[in-house]
Amino acid sequence: MGIHDQSYRRYAGPRTEPGAAWSVIAWSGIRALLSRRLFLLVLLFAWSQFVVRAVVFYLSANFPSMELIAPSAQTFRDFFDQQDFFVFVVTVYAGAGLIANDRRANALQIYLAKPLTRAEYVAGKAGVLVVFLLLVTWAPAMLLLVLQTMFAGSLAFVRENVFLVPAMTVFALLEVLAATFAMLALSSLSTSARFAGMLYAGAILFTTAIFQTVRGVTGSSAASWISFSANLAQVGDVVFGIAPRHDTPWGISLLIVVGLIGVSLVVLRWRVRGVEVVT
Amino acid sequence: MTASDPAPAPGPVARLDAVSVAYGRQAALRDVTAEFAPGAVGLLGPNGAGKSTLLKALLGFVRPDSGALHALGFDVSRQPLAVRARIGYMPESDAHIPGLNAVSFVAYCGQLAGLPRAPAVQRAHEVLQYVGLGEERYRLVNTYSTGMKQRIKLAQALVHDPDLLCLDEPTNGMDPRGREEMLALIRDLARRKGVNVIVSSHLLPDVEATCEHVLVMHRGSLVAAGPIAELKGSGRRAFELRIKGDALRFAEGLRAAGADCHDDGTGVMRVLVGDDRGARDLFALAAAHGVQVRHLRPSVPTLEDVFAQAIGESDA
Repeated sequence: MGIHDQSYRRYAGPRTEPGAAWSVIAWSGIRALLSRRLFLLVLLFAWSQFVVRAVVFYLSANFPSMELIAPSAQTFRDFFDQQDFFVFVVTVYAGAGLIANDRRANALQIYLAKPLTRAEYVAGKAGVLVVFLLLVTWAPAMLLLVLQTMFAGSLAFVRENVFLVPAMTVFALLEVLAATFAMLALSSLSTSARFAGMLYAGAILFTTAIFQTVRGVTGSSAASWISFSANLAQVGDVVFGIAPRHDTPWGISLLIVVGLIGVSLVVLRWRVRGVEVVT
Repeated sequence: MTASDPAPAPGPVARLDAVSVAYGRQAALRDVTAEFAPGAVGLLGPNGAGKSTLLKALLGFVRPDSGALHALGFDVSRQPLAVRARIGYMPESDAHIPGLNAVSFVAYCGQLAGLPRAPAVQRAHEVLQYVGLGEERYRLVNTYSTGMKQRIKLAQALVHDPDLLCLDEPTNGMDPRGREEMLALIRDLARRKGVNVIVSSHLLPDVEATCEHVLVMHRGSLVAAGPIAELKGSGRRAFELRIKGDALRFAEGLRAAGADCHDDGTGVMRVLVGDDRGARDLFALAAAHGVQVRHLRPSVPTLEDVFAQAIGESDA
């Protein structure tokens, strides 16, 4: 009797209903990234601004002479601005290979032969990036707010800036979703993670460079709609209730950000298939 | 089959009703109506016959332009997830989840198919042992040889214990020993473990070694279907001939007389005649066409004869 006769048996145990596979994909991706030391280092650096600001909050709450550096709503807006670099780094590092690597290894037909939909696959992959991007934007911002309250020993700041929690949540989600789906769409277009990362970096840097050039020539920031980052910044200012920094109407900026997410979803719908159709 | 073996499901495992699939202007399946019997069914056909497309349509990867597909009692277009929860698919091309070792990969596939984590890991170990990768299960899959990659593709298709296993060219790139072991596994699954298997292949010996039924496809159409034994022995006799003379003219004469013939690639002509005909008729026909018979040996009809006849009739 061959050895295989001794080891295969039919499975009669429990099975989960279809619909939960996205969490399996997301969790697997999260664990894979957390096992990389370089990525942990990036995450650690991404929290450095949080540490600095926490110290400032402590000093301003405990030393009257430090009131000048006391936090305001603008402080939290600035925090998001300064985290943009880490959003970019984490997006490229964690997101470039999410679909490109699967396409290179022909993994899509393995995934989609299982009881999961294409939307679940994309949701699982998006979940990986969303978790880490929220970890470098929304999570430290919320924790800063909690620390501010604890250091001050009162809820006065939160009461005065009651819009902060929803504003930080809405803006973080918008920023994270735009970056996530843009990166996933570019990743789905290639079988090379490196190429997908370069495409994303190129798109961000190139559009910003064009905007800055036009701004330098015309002296107006009305062309900020060209730049992905400038559109997000514009919408962010409105969400935080401060004057928009560019001359482009914020509605147009919002439309472009939402449109980018929409286009990315269309690309994903087109590219994530169990079979490559060549006509 | 022993008393403890699970009984095969009654009725066809999968059914296609007038299914047509086209990639752009290129028709891949043309109005195919077919039934897959329980047990092991071979899906035979030359490259480009539509075998892989048929499997992909069964999995819901491609949507038919017309017709209906049912697998394991489910309508594929309406309940694709229910179908895929019960089907295991081994793709033709190399495919794996990057960055994982074999156990993690197979367990991950089990979880994707709906198994909780602990049973998925346990099944992964068992299935890897079963397919002969027990000693190599902690190696990264992308470092595997071609033969090992074939085995791990089988393992990932098996981990959730499917009722129907779709194997697309399962022995591709395997050495003779590995191929024999793979065929033995397929036979074991179909005959002893109660798993229904569809083996898509262009290799006739693979299908003959593993399957009881066969569907022959050619240019997107179904050209023959049925139990292999029945197709091979349906009231015909086979002869091997070596002749001297105008072979083409003689072949035309044979066909005109109601016989089938094809060259086996070594200069030997295989001729299939009805039960009521024999060697004398062949000698007479050869004489009538001015051909000298140098060698004639009675043979038995093979799957290759079935295949050649079906393809030949389809081309005619």
